[in-house]
Amino acid sequence: MASLATIFGSGAMTNSIREIEDNEVIFIIGSNTKESHPVIANMMLKARAKGAKIIVADPRKISMCKFSYLWLRQKPGTDRALLNCMAHVILEEGLYDQAFIDEFTTDFDEWNKSLEEFTPEAGEKLTGVPKEDIIKAAITYASSRKAAIYYTMGITQHTHGTANVNAIANIALLTGNIGRRSTGINPLRGQNNVQGACDAGCLPNVFPGYQRIRIPKIHKKFENAWAAALSPNPGLTAPEITEKAAEGIIKAVYVMGENPVLGDPNMGHTIKGFKNLDFLLVQDIFLTETARLADVVLPAVCFAEKDGTFTNTERRVQRVRKALLPPGEAKEDSWIIAELSRRMGYEMNYSSSEEIFDELGSLWPALEGITYAKIQQRGIQWPCPTKNHPGTEYLYKSGFPRGKAAFTPVPFDRDTVKEDKEYPFVLSTGRNLFHYHYGSMTRRVKAIESHAGKAYLEMHPDDAAKLKITSDASVKISSRNGSVIVPVRVTERVRQGEVFMPMHYAEAAVNILTDEKALDYSKTPGYKITQVRVEALIGEEK
Amino acid sequence: MSDFEAKKDLVTLRINGITVQASSGETVLTVARRTGIDIPALCHHPKISSSGACRVCLVEINGVPMTSCTTHAEDKMEVITNSPYIEHLRRDMIDLILSDHPNDCMVCQKTGECELQELAYKYGIRNPIFSGERRIYSKKDGNPFIDRDMEKCILCGRCIKICDEVQGVGAIDFAYKGFDTKVCPPFEKDLNCEFCGQCVMVCPTGALTGKAWIGKGRYWKIQEVDTTCPYCGIGCNITLHISDNRIVRVTSPEDSVVNKGLLCVKGRFGYEFVSSPDRLKTPLIRKDNELHPASWEEALSYAAKRFLEIKETHGPDAIAGLSSARCTTEDNYLFQKFIRVAIGTNNVDHCARL
Amino acid sequence: MTDPTIEIKVCLGTSGKASGGEDVLRAFKKFIQESGIEARVGSRCSYKTVGCRGFCSKDVLVDVIVNDQKTTYQSVKPIMVEKIVTDHILNGNPVPQWTATEDYDSFHDKQYKIVLGPCGEISPDSLDDYLKINGYKAARKAVTKMLPDDVISVVINSGLRGRGGSGFLTGKKWELCRKQPENPHYIICNVGEVNRALAEGNPHAIIEGLLIGGYAIGAEKGYLYIRERYHISVERLRTAIIQAKEKGFLGTNIFGSDFSFDIEFSFGTEAFICGEETALMESIEGKRAMPRPRPPFPAIKGLWGKPTVINNAETFSNIPMIVGKGAEWFSSIGTEKSKGTKVFTLTGKVKNNGLVEIPMGMSLRDIVYGIGGGIEGGKELKAVQVGGPSGGLIPMSMINMGLDYESLSKVGSIVGSGGMVVFDEEDCIVSVARFFLEFLQRESCGKCTPCRVGTKRMLELLTKITEGKGEETDLARLDRLSAIMSVSSLCGLGRTAPNPFITSFNHFKSEYLAHIRDRKCPAGVCKALITFSIIEELCKGCGLCKRKCPTKAITGEVKKPHILDADSCIKCGACYKACKFKAIKKV
Repeated sequence: MASLATIFGSGAMTNSIREIEDNEVIFIIGSNTKESHPVIANMMLKARAKGAKIIVADPRKISMCKFSYLWLRQKPGTDRALLNCMAHVILEEGLYDQAFIDEFTTDFDEWNKSLEEFTPEAGEKLTGVPKEDIIKAAITYASSRKAAIYYTMGITQHTHGTANVNAIANIALLTGNIGRRSTGINPLRGQNNVQGACDAGCLPNVFPGYQRIRIPKIHKKFENAWAAALSPNPGLTAPEITEKAAEGIIKAVYVMGENPVLGDPNMGHTIKGFKNLDFLLVQDIFLTETARLADVVLPAVCFAEKDGTFTNTERRVQRVRKALLPPGEAKEDSWIIAELSRRMGYEMNYSSSEEIFDELGSLWPALEGITYAKIQQRGIQWPCPTKNHPGTEYLYKSGFPRGKAAFTPVPFDRDTVKEDKEYPFVLSTGRNLFHYHYGSMTRRVKAIESHAGKAYLEMHPDDAAKLKITSDASVKISSRNGSVIVPVRVTERVRQGEVFMPMHYAEAAVNILTDEKALDYSKTPGYKITQVRVEALIGEEK
Repeated sequence: MSDFEAKKDLVTLRINGITVQASSGETVLTVARRTGIDIPALCHHPKISSSGACRVCLVEINGVPMTSCTTHAEDKMEVITNSPYIEHLRRDMIDLILSDHPNDCMVCQKTGECELQELAYKYGIRNPIFSGERRIYSKKDGNPFIDRDMEKCILCGRCIKICDEVQGVGAIDFAYKGFDTKVCPPFEKDLNCEFCGQCVMVCPTGALTGKAWIGKGRYWKIQEVDTTCPYCGIGCNITLHISDNRIVRVTSPEDSVVNKGLLCVKGRFGYEFVSSPDRLKTPLIRKDNELHPASWEEALSYAAKRFLEIKETHGPDAIAGLSSARCTTEDNYLFQKFIRVAIGTNNVDHCARL
Repeated sequence: MTDPTIEIKVCLGTSGKASGGEDVLRAFKKFIQESGIEARVGSRCSYKTVGCRGFCSKDVLVDVIVNDQKTTYQSVKPIMVEKIVTDHILNGNPVPQWTATEDYDSFHDKQYKIVLGPCGEISPDSLDDYLKINGYKAARKAVTKMLPDDVISVVINSGLRGRGGSGFLTGKKWELCRKQPENPHYIICNVGEVNRALAEGNPHAIIEGLLIGGYAIGAEKGYLYIRERYHISVERLRTAIIQAKEKGFLGTNIFGSDFSFDIEFSFGTEAFICGEETALMESIEGKRAMPRPRPPFPAIKGLWGKPTVINNAETFSNIPMIVGKGAEWFSSIGTEKSKGTKVFTLTGKVKNNGLVEIPMGMSLRDIVYGIGGGIEGGKELKAVQVGGPSGGLIPMSMINMGLDYESLSKVGSIVGSGGMVVFDEEDCIVSVARFFLEFLQRESCGKCTPCRVGTKRMLELLTKITEGKGEETDLARLDRLSAIMSVSSLCGLGRTAPNPFITSFNHFKSEYLAHIRDRKCPAGVCKALITFSIIEELCKGCGLCKRKCPTKAITGEVKKPHILDADSCIKCGACYKACKFKAIKKV
């Protein structure tokens, strides 16, 4: 997301969900849409019924492949090479939009030069995708004026996540497939309010509304608004916080509604960091793995017990309403924060969530026109700068907020997956249809648990045969950081040499295996590629 | 043929004497309903293609009984939706359906929301004229989400179509022939199902219900609250059905702006966590390396004290805050404001990149 | 004396094969070889396996042709072959007791064979045979000398109507499809049960008809929809397609033109509903065979949503002759609005069962008494069910009516699948109606309410009447059901399903009433309504009935009148049939 914002000035989905059904070409890369965003997949199927062609690029045979016009099975970690090759073909075939390039972009020539080596033939070698398919995909995407790209963590959760996003942006800019209805770049948000959390300023380098701390005018604006002196220095990112905690530099952490012990890469490392703190405050609805390490745990309420807003993946601000009384003495997060703040000498006086929302709106023009009254019935998509503004269905209708968008050369150094005899398998992690994230919610739903309550490792039949194991046999999967024991699910969804493990199961926690050092520029960990070893269990280990 | 293939040429027809305009791809049923003329239909549903199976939406078109859900509006068409003849045919159609339906509305979860019950009521059919044998099935249903009572199934085929056309799964289809026709998975074996529950949403009778809400209260005694789904980033619009301070059921308005009434397994069936006994109900403070219940005053004062001490000793940048992409925007706004102002550092981030 | 030319034709259609035709053929080959004839006549002795010639009740049928002198033998068994070879072929004396009887001649002579003509005469596996009877000339003419619209005009002018369903004008259907701008167009030939004889006897005519149709409507692909179970039909059609491809009659640039056409098989399931054209298309698309609502009609939106023509194999078999001999020739046969001939399967209580082709308009009397040779055992004709299970019953009183689309429709029947079942005085009309309803209910696809539930309720009510539990209100219910089903069902199956009841009730109301009011079955069929008893005066005490009775309901000493215990009697009628003295009474 960070990189998308660098290029265009905003990191959000450029189109709306309702525009999907009018797509002519849907290019899904690094998104297991049918399982992670099932209702988006519904909209894609509607488009398909109306004639849209779906191109899926994914190393795994995900459910969307069943509906695809073309399935590109790239090797893990080669997305950017694949995208570069597609750009090469589009240039070669003359399917680019010269007028768009001239008017809205910069740095074309330099980028164009960087593509020379990315011929379809080279692409076939690098990515394992037949060159005919690369050509077909490129032509299909570039030949439509209603082609849209959809991606999720399969693109970003890599050590080269930023480069991947750049490569995506490049082909959209090349074809001019952005800035119109039903065509654009659409990162699908994995959680209900990622967008809102970002918008609200829970990022170390920006104030609410992506306003940079480093810009003195903005710094001043917030100091005035909040009537307080503010630090002029950007803060630490989440992975850095853990790192610095381990180093003893960070002494206290306040965690609200998050479970980094299970969610951060390399669990051993995370636990070490959090244990090293002088003081840990955790505010949550359950006693999570992180809360168990806390000095103070505060019981909060869940979505059904409070008022507020969530902003969805298409930038739509929608109401959340209190429907239930909270259990026991659990309190709303806003009440807790205000009470804590008061005790620390800074009064926060809000009589309702609406008041808080209005304050945010007064500080960020994109939300200024949105009020609770206006989103009573249906949500509104930001930017919505004035009271009469209807909201914005798709972005960049009249150019990019930062002026021109730059083409960015994306080199491919071919070393994402290294030859490793000790750890010969490539593990990727992700979601399945039935669970959500690290499971604190869905694993407490009996129906879901009874249907999908067991951790598993997807493995190709040939690999399973080599290890002499069949489905349901437990294996020990190890990386340099640790090992877990998990039953195998033998399936052709994964290729030989590649294994997949869902992230939802604490008893077989993927982040025991993942590595905290595999960080990208955006400080996003490389959850999609971990080199591992898989061993069949014998005797008592079973 | 669904309406999206509608051609744009306008046609003029008359329905019950009222002159109406329609685009030529529209069905007579759509046009009539838009005009405010109600035509009952049990197999038609706006989210799927029409099949013309139930025959309840019969109307007279130029004097001939035809199903309005499958017939496209044409120029100069004369449509009568309510002649005694049509009402007679319609009544008998409902009679036939009821003759093969358990007459157990008093214990059926669908009571009051059942489209068949509504028609039986409207046409005053207490005992069908065409009574006879009824299909009897023993329930054999292992799945934990959807209750399938096939005796109540009227074979309208909505579930089959939505599963195939909208969900792309095709988990079920008609099987067997004649009176024994039944909706089931292939060979009545494993249900290759995503449990999205779209079939439950479109089922006109009590044949398909959520296991979670059976017996949890009649719909008119339940409070409904519109809100937003707490799972993935799509932000589906949902309605929580609340009884006895519990979520007993979740639906989505058919015309909802984001998801058009569609949900996934988590969004439709995944709410038990809210009332989980594991929920934290009181603040906890660590003493002797164990967490013990404490009062809010104790916990808050202690936390504030510790933050202040550390800030004092190590400076504000020794403190950091991690917020949540699951909390509301307002919570997040307040959280970062707290970290930036009350603590005095920009060490604030959230888990979105994770 | 020069040696004679000898030809042996053995019927190897489905029935011929089932009756042991292959063994008969082997026997002929064996004895002719052993007798040394083959050595003497050399190539002039030939064997030909031919398709069905309709008279299946007398299979295996064998033609022995010596110097163009044809003698037909019927019901031939391998054991009879040696005598035929010795007496007839070696010594020139046909075996009179085994030659075809008068029935065989009258069965054939009164028919008017256009499509069935070559069946049983030519070898279905021989393209040369077909070419000898002007095969593919019509196709060549159509493709090389006629515009598609001209072909359609000829078909329209001929007055040919679809031989399967509702009798829509074939040419009009083609015209409508041809006009559709959307591409591609498809053409489908449904090879139904009644068409098997055509596929087995003269498959090339179907292929040629399909080819001409494809050319006319602008299709490049044709489908043969057939049940896989019809092995012989499938094999012969397959062979015919291969032969036609080899000759360039199928494939690209047919007859040197730029027209290309290919034919593919699509194998159907065992379902009556597959005769319904939209259900058939669903089946080809790999879905469950369930009819689609119409409009849109298949000619506009058919297979895979594209303009499609569906006709059955009989319709297509007519096409080469119509194009070859002209519209006028064809329209000279038949009645004013129903042209040409129609193939029926004549079965039931008639003497000569089999496949018959009659000119449209021929009277039912001529069919039953002329071709069929009358009722078995000299009994009285009661009614004829025309048009298959969902056709209508035509009573004896209307036997002089001519059969065509219009007249059948007028009496509540249909041409339908071309079934024709003859019932006599010993058949109970309520049971007959019940029998057909049972079939129709079983074969209902289950999609629409009136057919799925309506046929079930009709069946229940008819069953109730045959069980002696009927009430007069049941008749009103049946009447009301019939009325709603015939107007509100989705497809033809449901709409015609009440026909057996409607027509039987119209013509045999008193028989229904006898079941209800008097609790009697006049034909003595409904078990619940009959009782058997022994007439003391006539019983000779032979003990035959006692031995036949499966439930030991009859007791008695030898040569003394026996006694039948009504409580143990299951009314199977075994005693009634066994008694030589008519001492068993059925009331």
